[in-house]
Amino acid sequence: MLLSIENVDKAYPGGRPVLSGVTLQLDRSETLALTGDSGSGKSTLLNLAAALDHFDAGEITLDGTRYSGLKDAGRATLRRSQVALVFQAFNLIPSLSVAQNLSFHARLSGTLDAAWQEVLAERLGLTELLDRMPEQLSGGQQQRVAIGRAMALKPPLLLADEPTGNLDEIASIAVMNLMLELVRDAGSALLLVTHSPSIAARADRQVHLSQGQIA
Amino acid sequence: MTRAIVQAIWSHWRCHPLQLATLLSGIALATALWSAVQAINTEARANYANAAQQLAAGSLDRIVDPLGPMSLAQYRTLRRAGWQVAAVREGRLTVAGGRVDLLGVDLLSYPSLPAITEVSDVQGIAPIDALTAPGRLFAREVLAKRLRATPDLPPVIESTQVPVGTVLTDIGTAGALLGEPEQISHVVVLPNQPKGAPALDQVTPGLRRISAQGDGAIASLTDSFHLNLTAFGLLSFAVGLFIVHGTVGLAFEQRRPMIRTLRALGVPIRQLRRLLLVELMVLALIGGTLGLILGLYVAGALLPDVAATLRGLYGAPVDGVLTIRPVWVASGLGMALIGTAAASGQAFWKLSRMPLLSTPGARAWFEQTQGSVSQMAMSGLGLIALGMVTVLLADGLIAGFALLAGLLMGAALCLPLLLSRLLNIGGRTAGSALSEWVWADMKAQLPGLSLALMALLLAMAANIGVGTMVSSFRLTFTGWLDQRLTSELYVTARDDTQGGEIELWLSQHSDRVLPIRALEMEHNGAPIFVYGVVDDRTYRTHWPLLTPAQGVWGRVMRGEAILINEQMARRNNLWPGDSVTLPPDLTYPIAGVYSDYGNPTAQAILAMDELPRFGLPVPNTRFGIRLPPDRVGPVAQELRGAFDLPPGALIDQANLKARSIEIFDKTFVVTGALNILTLGVAGFAIFTSLLTLWTQRLPQLAPVWAMGVTRRQLAGLELLRSVILAALTTLLALPLGLALAWVLLAVINVEAFGWRLPMFVFPLEWAKLGALALLTALVAGLLPARRLLQLPPSDLLKVFAHER
Repeated sequence: MLLSIENVDKAYPGGRPVLSGVTLQLDRSETLALTGDSGSGKSTLLNLAAALDHFDAGEITLDGTRYSGLKDAGRATLRRSQVALVFQAFNLIPSLSVAQNLSFHARLSGTLDAAWQEVLAERLGLTELLDRMPEQLSGGQQQRVAIGRAMALKPPLLLADEPTGNLDEIASIAVMNLMLELVRDAGSALLLVTHSPSIAARADRQVHLSQGQIA
Repeated sequence: MTRAIVQAIWSHWRCHPLQLATLLSGIALATALWSAVQAINTEARANYANAAQQLAAGSLDRIVDPLGPMSLAQYRTLRRAGWQVAAVREGRLTVAGGRVDLLGVDLLSYPSLPAITEVSDVQGIAPIDALTAPGRLFAREVLAKRLRATPDLPPVIESTQVPVGTVLTDIGTAGALLGEPEQISHVVVLPNQPKGAPALDQVTPGLRRISAQGDGAIASLTDSFHLNLTAFGLLSFAVGLFIVHGTVGLAFEQRRPMIRTLRALGVPIRQLRRLLLVELMVLALIGGTLGLILGLYVAGALLPDVAATLRGLYGAPVDGVLTIRPVWVASGLGMALIGTAAASGQAFWKLSRMPLLSTPGARAWFEQTQGSVSQMAMSGLGLIALGMVTVLLADGLIAGFALLAGLLMGAALCLPLLLSRLLNIGGRTAGSALSEWVWADMKAQLPGLSLALMALLLAMAANIGVGTMVSSFRLTFTGWLDQRLTSELYVTARDDTQGGEIELWLSQHSDRVLPIRALEMEHNGAPIFVYGVVDDRTYRTHWPLLTPAQGVWGRVMRGEAILINEQMARRNNLWPGDSVTLPPDLTYPIAGVYSDYGNPTAQAILAMDELPRFGLPVPNTRFGIRLPPDRVGPVAQELRGAFDLPPGALIDQANLKARSIEIFDKTFVVTGALNILTLGVAGFAIFTSLLTLWTQRLPQLAPVWAMGVTRRQLAGLELLRSVILAALTTLLALPLGLALAWVLLAVINVEAFGWRLPMFVFPLEWAKLGALALLTALVAGLLPARRLLQLPPSDLLKVFAHER
């Protein structure tokens, strides 16, 4: 097992609970779609899995590393080397070129594989766009760069939060196809948050979240 | 409806109190330094005007006797011939706490003197009281107290219309106090002379009329000093406006959605424009008032040093007390309004012209408001060229300042492009992904920070330029003092008789005696002092000649040539090879030009034997004494004992040098203070820019944080960014500062004072200044960095959640 989420609770400041006793496991190379209504806690759970946020109770373990024992620097190291993220709003670094964005996370962790990056650029259709800046790309192109940036790391765990939420249907299908292909080729596990039943259906497993609990 | 709109518009400041504070601080700082300088200038000018009015030196012609003091008989002759003149007797009066200037005026002939008018109008004292025994003394409050503490003086009346440090009285009282009541110093020619009065040379042959213009009015001497202060005030004002420009730009950009909504709800754009304009003006008045209060404190702190400078350098009568004048308040508030309008114009215009359906757009506000860096750089080069053309085509101080302004503003406009290029170079040297991001991120932040960095560039360049000028001047000045003050001891006798006795005594008690004898005359309508020197190796080996040549001193000592000071040379464009004709009609070829710092008037040197040829009495009261240094003390003691000389009559070289250096240093205290204040304002500009950009930083920082860079690292990098940008700006400020120093030394100084100074460089001073700039940037970056360090992850997560 790669990721283990055990009885995790999380409340907003003020006390309103977001997640209550959530338990979830994810194996290596497994893909899991997390669905649920708005406000059900999907993104919060993803943020906790990415060690971006702190939980109030329970435990999360990634490849044997317990999150509750990690300080800020430990969490950063985990994010740098084990986890990659793809966001709905792409969140590329606007001041870096496409090529620099692609390699950024892998270089940050010191695991850049130039050959793999070249393959990624080609398969994502970015070869001609490497010198451009993010603001010069379409939404679909930006999301492909975001996927490439995440996959350049060959992360054990890829977390994607509504990765096609800002794209039209055709672009969504193309982006999802690419992401799933690359995840399989890299041997990464994928925890995917989505509203779309058709996208969720393409994952190995689906989990539905309702009012902060696994339904 | 208006109330509802105003509420909506002002709600922005309720949500952004820091932005409001920044805006008001920007306006207040811009106004403060400008107002402080104006307060100082206004106060000083009021003092000059007062002095000129009292002494009739600035506006009325004088009649003098070239051979010495005039007699009352000559005065009476003039009056009988129909001339409307008033006798003046000047002298020094010993009172409690030292000696003061005594000015006796024939009040019967000149009853409209402002001091007399004031006391008769305000205090109800009849002018006749000043004429009848024992007379009256008029003085300012502080001096009046000293006079009252002195026994055997006439009653004292306080008046604000008397020049600082001067006692005014009737000429009869002055004669009684100074002795020799039949003697007067000169007469002033009153306005409204009757027609048909006989010519002066017919009435009193031998007397000479000196026009007010040729009298070297204080105001014209000090104009350059005040222009310098005004230039500094303007620089500080511009630096403060950078803050206003940046803050208003951001505030208006953030209000775009609200303005769109209000318009969609039916509020006419004309009404919105009017209300926004009123809002800006109200803020300008609030900031301006705060600035005036701050300026008052700054001026109050600086004025005593300015007064000391003006007294020491020009002999200008300025007291160190500040008076709040309506014109100063009006000009300060006016500048706040004009400055705010100028700094907000672009943002206001864009907002008021925004189409109803326009969207905020993807680019940040600062990118929209900035032209391309290349266009800015081209404009900057144009301004520099314009400044150069101005100084090539026109002479004068204003042309010099036009060059300065063109250079500074042009360089500021070139800054973003130059920084962008330097950051590109930095980016190419980056080894890791993080450093690559840091360089790229700095470049991306450049548009938002460029105004603050321009402010820093200007402040740094001003510091380097003025610092280099002052230090070069100081180095030259101390070297020059060593050359000029070669005698170990200087003595001044009471009169010529005592002078002769002292000269004889010294011939037996010193190595050599160098008499200092001078005649005052006119050349080209301006006063000139012609000194006679004896042939001594002291002059041959030490005198600071700017145009050294073989046999110069031989020609001078044989009476074949003359030496002139640099001021005279530059003002009249006279150089070795040219000739000078002095009254009555003696012409001398110029053998050389010497430096003469700190002296505003023309000066020349001839062989001592030449002086009698001018037909004027040559005073013989001052002597330079050459002695072994260990004998200075004993000889001074003996001399004082032998001739009962007062303490001020003997000055040793070391004392004189120390006093000269003290006056010099005081002169530049104000400049130094304004320099540091300008740098402080620039630091504040960086601080406010970093704070106002803060909200736009999170979308750039959050992804990097999400990929495993800690908040501590990011906070450290934020600080580093601030420091690197300041360091690069400092680097670029260095050549600009040196160019500024060159303009000050080679153009402004020559125009203002008539001398040119060699330029020296002071790398250690630059290093200190650079360290100060980095410290300023570090302090400015501390608060944003601390905020980032303490930022809860939930705030960073909002970037990804689209909830911001």
